[in-house]
Amino acid sequence: MLTLSINGHEHQFDGPPEMPLLWYLRDTLGYTGTKFGCGMALCGACTVHLNGAAVRSCITPVVAAVGKQVTTIEGLSANGDHPVQRAWMSLNVAQCGYCQAGQIMQAASLLKSNPHPSDAEIDTAMSGNICRCGTYTRIRAAIKLAAGEGGVA
Amino acid sequence: MKKNDLQICNESRRAFMLGFGAGSLLLAFGLPSLTLAATKADAKKQYGGEGAEHGLRDDPHLFVEIAPDGTVTVVCIRSEMGQGVRTSVAMVVADELGADWSRVKVRQAPGDEVRYGNQDTDGSRSLRESFAALRRAGAAARVMLEQAAAAQWGVDVQQVKAGIHEVADTKSRRTLGFGELAAKAAALPAPDPATLKLKSPNEFRYIGKDKTGLIDGHDIVTGRAHYGIDTRLDSMLYAVIARPPVYGDKLASFDGSAAEKMPGVVKVLEVPFTPPPSGFQPLGGVAVIAENSWMAIKAREQLKLNWTSGPNANYDSVAYRAQLETANRKPGLVARNDGNIEQASNNAAKRVTADYYIPHLAHATMEPPCAVANFADNKCEVWACTQAPQEIRNELVKALSIPDANITVNVTLLGGGFGRKSKPDYVVEAALLSRATGKPVKVLWTREDDIVNDYFHAVSAEHLEASLDGSGKVTGWLHRTAAPSIQSTFMPDVAHEQPFELSQGMIDLPFAVPNVRIENPAVEAHTRIGWFRSVYNIPHAFGVQSFVAELAHTVGRDHRDFLLELIGPDRQFQPSSQIEFTNYGEDPALYPIDTKRLKRVIETVTSAANWGRTLPKGRGLGLAAHNSFVTYTAVACEVEVSPDGKLSIPRVDIGIDCGPQVNPERVRSQLEGAVIMGIGLALHGEITFKNGHAEQSNFNDFLVLRMNEAPREIHVHLVGADDHSLPMGGVGEPGLPPVAPALTNAIFAATGQRIRSLPIRQQLAKAKQVA
Repeated sequence: MLTLSINGHEHQFDGPPEMPLLWYLRDTLGYTGTKFGCGMALCGACTVHLNGAAVRSCITPVVAAVGKQVTTIEGLSANGDHPVQRAWMSLNVAQCGYCQAGQIMQAASLLKSNPHPSDAEIDTAMSGNICRCGTYTRIRAAIKLAAGEGGVA
Repeated sequence: MKKNDLQICNESRRAFMLGFGAGSLLLAFGLPSLTLAATKADAKKQYGGEGAEHGLRDDPHLFVEIAPDGTVTVVCIRSEMGQGVRTSVAMVVADELGADWSRVKVRQAPGDEVRYGNQDTDGSRSLRESFAALRRAGAAARVMLEQAAAAQWGVDVQQVKAGIHEVADTKSRRTLGFGELAAKAAALPAPDPATLKLKSPNEFRYIGKDKTGLIDGHDIVTGRAHYGIDTRLDSMLYAVIARPPVYGDKLASFDGSAAEKMPGVVKVLEVPFTPPPSGFQPLGGVAVIAENSWMAIKAREQLKLNWTSGPNANYDSVAYRAQLETANRKPGLVARNDGNIEQASNNAAKRVTADYYIPHLAHATMEPPCAVANFADNKCEVWACTQAPQEIRNELVKALSIPDANITVNVTLLGGGFGRKSKPDYVVEAALLSRATGKPVKVLWTREDDIVNDYFHAVSAEHLEASLDGSGKVTGWLHRTAAPSIQSTFMPDVAHEQPFELSQGMIDLPFAVPNVRIENPAVEAHTRIGWFRSVYNIPHAFGVQSFVAELAHTVGRDHRDFLLELIGPDRQFQPSSQIEFTNYGEDPALYPIDTKRLKRVIETVTSAANWGRTLPKGRGLGLAAHNSFVTYTAVACEVEVSPDGKLSIPRVDIGIDCGPQVNPERVRSQLEGAVIMGIGLALHGEITFKNGHAEQSNFNDFLVLRMNEAPREIHVHLVGADDHSLPMGGVGEPGLPPVAPALTNAIFAATGQRIRSLPIRQQLAKAKQVA
């Protein structure tokens, strides 16, 4: 039995410890905001935070999250009012929206470690997150907007 | 292929499926049924939304609900896949109704075309075809609220007027809110649509304005938005399927005992095989059903599977390319024939020939295909990310042999569509597995499942020949295209592209050239071919717009000036062709090809990009323009190629004239997305086949554009956006076709290297090695 802290709540996990966190979040706990996209850490749709840092939950075994704070998109803020979420809303970044939870978690993690990233730093941090609809120019603008308003919640 | 076979495949996919139905009849009753069906389809001659199967509805009772607290709920019958249709549809209805946007919600309609009219979300036509009907629905609801208020006050209806979310008595100035009137208004019959007075464009508060936030925006950024993959039901099981490695391979035997012993596995089941052409039915294979997705995925690895090879076991995309290019060396089916191409060639001062190639592409929607089904008591309810909910009904009737009335289709948000989710094979799989297990079942496609078993975008080879006179003017134009047809996914022995395919950037060539011939040699398909955003416009525009740049260079002319002259004088026309010009299902009288509009978008983007300026070494500007989905687009692309062959894109200007716009903010986002997707497919997009199966399977080998390769700036130019004298055109698709040729034309301008075959990336690297 493993104990996990997810969005501030404790959960007991009795499945196989090597099970990717993604499927525990989605199928068992119903945190469906974290998306499946590739299963190989190639697209970033499944990005969550472990102790505030972005990780790909599709290749992160449940056991690796023991003793750490897991945050999903549902736990990033109480009402969608994290500066990154507000910037995303303000610029209408999303098209289909499917990848955006992962993009937002990646961007929030970036701004936490680097509150005023340069263009090149944004591109480097965000290039692991694929958006098939092609919202990249708006994502860049939204990260800058969030940074200008104090991107660290 | 007979002419009748071609005629039944109209532009809209719905009409196309009508053709498929006729094809099924053909198998049972022979040719007369097919001929009859074709004749009947011709007799209708309806266009746009009226011409789509099940037509259009404008009854306010279907689309507008008002709660006692005043909340207005607009029912959206089209699927949301990122184009913003749920927001835009609500804007139209809210504007005519007079609703306060902050009190508007949207509810997604279930799939039921008998009730709602056509629900297909494809062909860039959701708003184009239903704008007028949505306005009538909103206006009718407004009239009903006015009638209810007049009755309550006992005054003449002429004396009351709806304002914003309330109705006022113009004499006494008393008011009643929409919510207070809702019950009485809803009980009234809908007014005759012919009597409705629609608002004039200068009264619009939302339509054509740039300020409306996405109606699903908050749900998306908080992770609450519900996609197909997010459906969870009590006691639901999770399934993945091992499908045939090659299209047409059939399961010979399998051993599922090791998989069945894996923890969490509930059942291992065979999924029935559908031989090619499999249409929208499942490919077959073996399903592993488990307590969660991961257990199903892990257990599938333990299956032992033996397949019997089918007709496509030797499909090899390198050999197929050679076959397409060989086919293009000889004349094909003549689709358009103006003047005398041979005479033009004989009299030419100069003849130029070039061949272009675009490989297969995969849709790779970020949300892979996924559906949940619950089959119980001979009834089936499904939840699906789908562009075609009625197709789900049709396919479930076939697969389950239950009446249509026993089927419920719930439409979720789509994590991308691009045409993949018009094909409901994955929903049928879920329904079959739910019936077999007696439990609700979610079928998940992994990324590998998605890419390997896609309905692939057609590979295509373009052969172009031009004759030029002594002054450098084009006098003759021959374009041959060889590509597998989408129709091959639905009917056997399809050799030629269909009229709707050849109407996409081939027979609608907008150039003032006296001698034109458009041909299509016969080729066979060897994999599942399907619609991909902007469809055959992608290869056709790549060929045509690259060739124009090559001709301009050959005769030493500025590309922009040469292109404008080639388009020629302002005129509106419909091509005279040997096969039907389908014009995206629209009335050619209402939607002629308009060269003035095409030239205007070219002038707009070249002016914005400061065309003609001197660029530093290694930089180049490229141009391309295209008319598709009754809309006009042009792209000016600036590139920089470093000495070691590294490409970057500082700026792209894209212009669109799609007539009046409902939601300019979403038009911009669609075009930004088209630029990104177009650059991605040009740089990297390629599915290859060896021994019948796709050689790519995930984002490590099927590459899509990432942020570090995206243009630094994209500027979208909306041309004629507030001109309500123009008919409304498409938006979702027409941005894509000119992007790839604008990029390769820019690379030529920067480096002198002409790229005639996509994808680009390895070629720039190779050029570096040669140098």
